[in-house]
Order: sequence, then structure tokens, then C-alpha cells
Amino acid sequence: MLSLGLDASAVGWKLLPVLLVFGAVLAVVPLLVYLERKVCAWIQNRVGPNRVGLLGPDGLAQGVLGFSGGGKRILGGLLQPLADAIKLISKEDFIPAQADKFLFSLAPFFALLPPFLTFVVVPVGADLTFGGTTVPLIVADLGVGMLWVLSVSSLAAYGVQLGGWASNSKFSLLGGVRATAQMISYEITMGLVLLSVFMHYDSLSLREIVQAQATYFDPLLGRLAANGLGSWGVWHQPLAALLFVICAFAENNRLPFDMPECEAELVGGYHTEYSSMKFGMFFQGEYIAMLAMGAVISTLFFGGWHYPGYASVAAASPNLAALISLAVLGAKVMIFVLFQMWVRWTLPRFRYDQVMELGWKVLIPLALVNLVVTALVNL
Amino acid sequence: MPVLGVDTELMQYSTVFLLLGSAVALTFALLTLSRLLRPYHPTPEKEMTYECGEDPVGSGWLRFNIRFYVVALVFVLFDVELALVFPIATIFKSLTAGGGTAALVAFAELFFFIGVLFLGLVYIWKKGDLGWVRSFRVPTEQGIRSWEQPKQVGLAPSSAKRIS
Repeated sequence: MLSLGLDASAVGWKLLPVLLVFGAVLAVVPLLVYLERKVCAWIQNRVGPNRVGLLGPDGLAQGVLGFSGGGKRILGGLLQPLADAIKLISKEDFIPAQADKFLFSLAPFFALLPPFLTFVVVPVGADLTFGGTTVPLIVADLGVGMLWVLSVSSLAAYGVQLGGWASNSKFSLLGGVRATAQMISYEITMGLVLLSVFMHYDSLSLREIVQAQATYFDPLLGRLAANGLGSWGVWHQPLAALLFVICAFAENNRLPFDMPECEAELVGGYHTEYSSMKFGMFFQGEYIAMLAMGAVISTLFFGGWHYPGYASVAAASPNLAALISLAVLGAKVMIFVLFQMWVRWTLPRFRYDQVMELGWKVLIPLALVNLVVTALVNL
Repeated sequence: MPVLGVDTELMQYSTVFLLLGSAVALTFALLTLSRLLRPYHPTPEKEMTYECGEDPVGSGWLRFNIRFYVVALVFVLFDVELALVFPIATIFKSLTAGGGTAALVAFAELFFFIGVLFLGLVYIWKKGDLGWVRSFRVPTEQGIRSWEQPKQVGLAPSSAKRIS
């Protein structure tokens, strides 16, 4: 027995947050693909996917079991992601003869894995208690905390750049180079914003950042208020929150900043030459990154898993409070994901020079000012 | 009551690698499944690089604009400065809570660093390295004046005028 000071059940409980995060991401990503298509359809006054369903005409029940649920399509379109997955898996996957085959196959991993790793330091809920063992619902409370998110999310630039370069296609190369320049430009703003956020919370750990937002000293009452709404980061660092959300869009290459993809001029940008499951990995990576950014934004600026009334529920039943906190973080993340979709289908794309000048000439000076003001306020 | 997750720093990373391992395993599983199911009939035409249906002209690895390199260079400078400010920012409140000169010294250091960063930004801004649409030849009565600095094009496109 290794003298790690851990018994078997403790190790077992450590797996719980890993399974939770992994399972939740896998379960939610197909749903997001469906949701994106539905949201797009609603915004454009269309119906969206409504055929591949469970019951009704051309539903799964009828197709497999021969059971018809009548004339109405019940849960129509809900199985569309399943159909998409089957199609992605069964399509021919070819590598262009001119491409760098190793890097071409490596790039999708860099697109898929970094967003997954972003979740590592995000506390997804309050602590659970099982028979005297406290299980924090966080994969790993690393000492570097938020710096982990910053470093891991910048790894995503490799996926785009390698994919663009290895394809040996002009469109891909231009997409990849543009993406890298855009991502590193906005990363500076993100780093500067995080500086002021760390200064405000006096911590790098997202766990402590959530706890800092859980209690609120009400200046009118002169005591700690019951809910933490007033200490949400967005009220204390409004400019930082705004800049961070903008940078999150740019880092994820979502629409006002989708220069690397830019289907009108670059065909598909860095993934022009990709097909089948390798394309699917880029595709999944984008949605996981949306989730990850939603989780980070809610944790930094919107209270994380904490919700008003947590303290009283936790006093009655800590585990119930923890389960509600999971749902609360899920709801906050979904709001941000829906916001990203809403923006994507509403705004047109920036021109490339606008993207770069917005990043360097507007966001970076604003972030610098924000940092100095934060330092002055805390002096 | 033993609290998990506050063990040694190295133990923390075990779960990180577990998550990474599961993600890699899942991806390989999907790729393997796809390899078993999908057809594979390569032809020279199919493996040609896509260029809007035409035969590709030359290699895809063409020279791209030097400005991307300048952006990368400036990014490295800013990022290093950023890394040096992180420690001050993280302990800033603890210093100011103690009061006294430590807080003022910390603020002065921070201000100095940000000042240097800001001066650098002003320098490259003035030099024109931040403007993406940078310069073009402007014909005047005296002939072609080389490489004039145009007005800012980016966010206020109406202010830029091309003299034809």
C-alpha cells in the first residue's frame, strides 16, 4: 500500500467530479448542436430540424419498431444530433496527398482536448458529503487556478494553426494564420482583464472566487446579507466582465470574430480539407469551448454555482444544496451558451483589420486602464 | 473530517490526467469506430487540394504577410510583461490590507510595469504597427509620394480616403 494518506473510498470519490464533468460535457454537446440549429432557425423565422424524432411519421419508433404515434411528430428533430454523429462517423476520411499527414491528424486533438481541460479548475457545485467524507465537485483545485484556464485555452491556437498549415491549402493556411494572430491578440486583453479580477478577489483559485461571491457585505444594512448577489464580480468589475466576454468570443472564433473560418472568402478556413470524424472533432471542440467559456464567465463574474438561499438549504441538507448548485451552474452556463448563439445569428462578421484594431487599439488600452483603476480602488 | 482535493500539489494533477486520458480515449474510440465503418476509395482527384474545383496552383505553403509576424512578436513582449505582473496582482490586496509602505511600493511597482507596457503600446501604435491597413502609394501633383500613413481605416472607415 502506498503511503499516500488516501484510502480506497477516498480515491473512488475523487473520480466523481471527473465522471461528472466528462459525462456532462458529452451529454450536452450533441444537445448544443441541436440547439444551435433550432436557435438559428427561430432567429431566421424557420422551423429548423423537425424530422428525425422519436414518435410520429419517419420517427425512430416507426422506423425500428413499426410503431406509429399518429400524425404528429413528437419530439421531432431531437434525434438530429444522433443522425449527424452517424453521418460523421460513416463518411470517407481522406487526407490530401500534398498534406503533412502526421500534423494533419494531430491538429484535431488540439482542437478538442484544450476545452475539455479548461473544466479542470472550474468548481461545478458545492461540496457533497458522504459518510463523513467531503467531496469537492471540482476536478482539481490546482494552485495555479485561473492561470491554468489561460494557458490551456491558448493551446487551442495550435489546433487551428497546425490544421491550417498541414492541409497545404491556401485557404487553410490563411485561415490558420489569421486565427493565430487573432487569438494571441485577444489573449493579451484576457490576461490583463484577469489581472484585475485576481486583484479584486485576491485569489487565483476559482473555488475561492466562488466563495468570495457567496457572501455579500451590505453597506446599507451594515452586515453580511443572506444572498451573494451583490458580490457578483460583474457588479465590481463591470468593464472586466464586458472585455472578458468579448475575448471569449474571439478565443472561440465565434461569429463576430469567425475570421479563421470565414466561409464567404476562405471556404472553411483551417478545416477546409478536413472530413469525417476529424472534422467532427473540430466541430465538437467548438461546442465544448463554448461550454467551457460559459462556465468560466459564470464562475468569475456571475457567482459560479452559488445561488441566493444556498446557506439556508445547506443548513437543512448539504447534499440537496449541492445538487441544486449543480443545476444552477448548468443554468448559468446555458444562458451564456444561448447568448453566444444569439450573437452568432444576429451580428455580421467583422473585417479582419477591424478585428485587429479593436483588439489592439480599444480592448488593450481599456484593460490597462481597468487594471490601474482596480489597483487604485484597492489601495 | 478528511477533505479531498487538498493533498499535495502533484496529487491534484492525477485527476487532470484522468480527465485528459478519458478525453483522448473517447476520441480514439470514435476515430477507430469511424475507421471500421467508413469506406475508403482514394483517387488522385479526390486527394487533390481543394481550390474551388480548379487544379491547385503551386504549393499551399505560400508566403504570408509579415504583419502576422510583427503581431506575434509584440504578443510575446506583452505576454512576458503580463507574466511578471501576475504575482503582484495576486497578493495586492493582502499587501494593502496590512497598510503602510508595502502597499504603496506594490502600487508603484505595478504602475511602473503598466507604464512601460503602455509606453510600448503607444510606441508601436505611433509607428503604425497596430494599423492593419497600413500604407499605400499616394499620387500627388509632385509625383508619387511613397508610403504615406493613411487615416485610421479600421473602426471609422469613412475617414479614409483613397486619392485616385
